[in-house]
Amino acid sequence: MNLRFHRAMLVYLLLLLAAATTLVPFVWMALTSFKPLADVESINPWPKVWMPDNYAQVFSQIPFARYYLNSVLIAGWVTFLTVVTSAMAAFAFARLEWPGRNHVFRLYLATLMVPGVVTLIPSFALMVHLRLLDTYTGMIVPASFSAFGTFLLRQFMLTIPKALDEASLIDGASSWRVFTDVVLPLARPGVITLAIFTFLGNYGSFLWPLVMVKSGHLRTLPVGMLFFDGMYGRQTNLIMAASVMSLVPPMLLFIAGQKYLVRGIQLGAVKG
Amino acid sequence: MSPARDSTLAAKTRVAIGERPPRRRKRNDLIPALLFLLPNLFGFALFTVGPVGFSLLASFTDWNLTQPKVRWVALENFGGMLGNHAFWVYLVNTLYFMLGMPIAIVGSLALALLLNQKARGLVAFRTLLYLPSFTAGVALMILWKALYNPDFGPINYAIGAALDLLGLARDVSLPQWLNATQNMLGIDPETVRFSRAQVGLGARDALLWMGVWTAVGGGNMLLYLAALANVPEELTEAAELDGAGSWAKFRSVVWPQLAPTTFFIVVMSCIGGFQGGFDQARIMTNGGPAGTTTTLAFHIYQKAFEEFQMGYASAVSWALFALVFLVTVANWRFGNRAGDWE
Repeated sequence: MNLRFHRAMLVYLLLLLAAATTLVPFVWMALTSFKPLADVESINPWPKVWMPDNYAQVFSQIPFARYYLNSVLIAGWVTFLTVVTSAMAAFAFARLEWPGRNHVFRLYLATLMVPGVVTLIPSFALMVHLRLLDTYTGMIVPASFSAFGTFLLRQFMLTIPKALDEASLIDGASSWRVFTDVVLPLARPGVITLAIFTFLGNYGSFLWPLVMVKSGHLRTLPVGMLFFDGMYGRQTNLIMAASVMSLVPPMLLFIAGQKYLVRGIQLGAVKG
Repeated sequence: MSPARDSTLAAKTRVAIGERPPRRRKRNDLIPALLFLLPNLFGFALFTVGPVGFSLLASFTDWNLTQPKVRWVALENFGGMLGNHAFWVYLVNTLYFMLGMPIAIVGSLALALLLNQKARGLVAFRTLLYLPSFTAGVALMILWKALYNPDFGPINYAIGAALDLLGLARDVSLPQWLNATQNMLGIDPETVRFSRAQVGLGARDALLWMGVWTAVGGGNMLLYLAALANVPEELTEAAELDGAGSWAKFRSVVWPQLAPTTFFIVVMSCIGGFQGGFDQARIMTNGGPAGTTTTLAFHIYQKAFEEFQMGYASAVSWALFALVFLVTVANWRFGNRAGDWE
């Protein structure tokens, strides 16, 4: 009893230490965002005067609302398109029988190894050629096809009993009906997981928007914040206020989708 | 995977009601499969396979956005790259950042072991620890830039306070973090050899430890947690009956069971590590000071989008690809004893 108690205490102590290390930077960020400018270089993390007005300042100094809107809009479209294209491809890999299926799937998997910078330059050149530089389409479409998403949803779909499709096929349903009415509803946790990951990844996506955007009104949050930091870098309080606001959507998504995420990460890696 | 045939529920029903099985034994859904694959294949061809081939071709040319003519230069780009001292420095930088990998992996495992204990309220900790990797990105890097500020940042303040507390003389100067070329291994930025003057904490370490902080409670920790939940209880109980202590139990029972997970994590970390470092360099250091935080990925970006040397940049990106490929194959050959996850 005593030994077990000590052991539990030790576990809590170590975890508290890790949690504190994780949290302190976030707390510092939040506190600094409320400091007056004169106070940001003071070592006392507690604001002398609380300045909630900093948050309004961010919106008046840069078109922050625009950046927000762009990021959410682009990430939303990419998520929708990625889920549709990945789910359809995953269905073909997990539920249909066709010659060469496993070879094509292996090719898909192998491309997960290709560094992003290899495809970056030709994709950029293609966008220039199609005159899609500096457009929403140019930022959305190339990001909407995911080998990882196909892989993840295939893993989910493999866990659904095959007898269900067979039964509907015998009832005369088309493959499309099997997809929309049988497999997709049962793969819902996988679809939600993929949607969360895709939204998050593209909300935070930095390199592609950076090379694609030339005009200010198309800037996404990460690109806009980089410019904000470059131009007004001394206003640490405002930069921190912008950072806090940029973290709100991921945090909400995190709270809402927690149980899906854990399972999704695990299924994306285990054998299937 | 075995083709689902007469063992299915539908087939059994058919037998039960005396219906004849369908004539076609083996299904061939080639046409619907192609239609289902079409949207994804379109994007896959246009934005993955096509670009990979195109970039290989481009790497043999002097393609430059500022010049109208493109010439075939054969292996000139690759020769120039290998003869360029800076390329090797950037490779070393990339490898230096990868030193954070084993630290983060051990940290993830340690946290997973803690979270796997039988005690109340541990799920709350799991959620909390996952926060940095979930919010990773530009905002957090801007935050860390402020934290590392050598004069006003809380990190140096904490180090100073700790030194005072220990009663150590304050003649040691505090680390200059993002402004300094010093590093834990004392690598000279020019010669890439050990130099005593370069021993210290500088930009490379700042980025390395930030990376560890971000990754340690992330996906790898969750993977280890899942793997720990799958360790058969009979095995750990048997070890306990044999009188094994905690460490012996971990060493001889738990660790071998975790091998496939560890293998997966190492492979994925290597793939990520070689192509990493772009965001950090662009947001926090611009690759400096003295090029110490320029990784291969950032080098490619600079060559392509700041100097417009697309041909040369393509060659470096293919060198990076080759490196990733070789390391993955090596991992597979020498590490894949128990793991197989395809």
